[in-house]
Amino acid sequence: MNKKQKTHTPLFEIFIRSKRGLDHKHVGSLHAEDAEQALEYARDCYTRRSEGVSIWVVNSKDIVASQEEDAASFYDPMEDKPYRHATHYVLPDAIKNM
Amino acid sequence: MTEKHNNLINHVIALGDDSMILGQRLSEWCYHAPFLEEDLALANVALDFIGRAQMFYEYASQLEQGKRSADQIAFLRDTRDYRNLLIMELPIGDFAFTMARQFMVDAYNNLYLQQLAKSSDKTLAAIAAKAIKETDYHLRRSQEWVLRLGDGTDESHRRIQKAFDELWGYSAELFAMSEYESALLSKQISVDRSALSAEWKTLVTDTLNQATVKIPSDEWQVTGGREGIHTEHHGHMLAEMQYLQRTYPGVEW
Repeated sequence: MNKKQKTHTPLFEIFIRSKRGLDHKHVGSLHAEDAEQALEYARDCYTRRSEGVSIWVVNSKDIVASQEEDAASFYDPMEDKPYRHATHYVLPDAIKNM
Repeated sequence: MTEKHNNLINHVIALGDDSMILGQRLSEWCYHAPFLEEDLALANVALDFIGRAQMFYEYASQLEQGKRSADQIAFLRDTRDYRNLLIMELPIGDFAFTMARQFMVDAYNNLYLQQLAKSSDKTLAAIAAKAIKETDYHLRRSQEWVLRLGDGTDESHRRIQKAFDELWGYSAELFAMSEYESALLSKQISVDRSALSAEWKTLVTDTLNQATVKIPSDEWQVTGGREGIHTEHHGHMLAEMQYLQRTYPGVEW
């Protein structure tokens, strides 16, 4: 019982929405006992300088990531298909955050 | 200066002292908390209290027509001139003790500030209104920790139970009115703290029950903080807190 705790509590990925209308962006990760505590620590670690209006926390183990060795089949085929890019549209100046 | 004015100054300084002393105690965890996230969270709460103390001291300084600055009020008074409630000055103990104290104080502040926000004194009401939001969050955190520790492992349960047993005798003072506060009641400047006791007990008892912590018995109680009679810990704490201003008077950040 008195043994020092050797293992960390679960890891959570933190996403913050900095302004209404913008997307939540990944800002980092932290350890917490559960999602509720992760939300509170995210508030204290990542929004103390008014960085956000909304927080998402996601258990890191629930994230499925693509692998480096899949890069050839995943991304390379897209490189020679410029017609899929919307690069010819001109964005009005008033539209930001695109 | 009229007596009423002196009562108000004493009252404002006492409120500043509650925040200053607890803020200083919490800041002792900075860099020593059980893990990084909690370290940041505790330091945040400490800063909330120190910020609150600054607002009260600035107002007291203004009421004194600038005789002393806020810094001088904080850093150049001795123990007997400090008017904080005793529970604020107790050493941080272990993490369970810190959280048990915090929960008792947050539950009290939650009720107290709602009343202070209705004060006929516009400045006190404004400070209270600002502090309520912070306290909502503090209470959410400390209440959750009491539940986690109480209903956690055998060791965490033993520690949080011991903490409440040691702290319980300081709870009566939260609701014991000082003379200068009572004198300000009729003008609705101060808050009748004695009227908050029942609601506080309900809130705290509910949480302790849920956390499987036994409610300590009311065997003993101490008061005296509001009159400047403190525990032995207060002076040691001031020695550290005031060291810089006393060694380099007037030094600024």
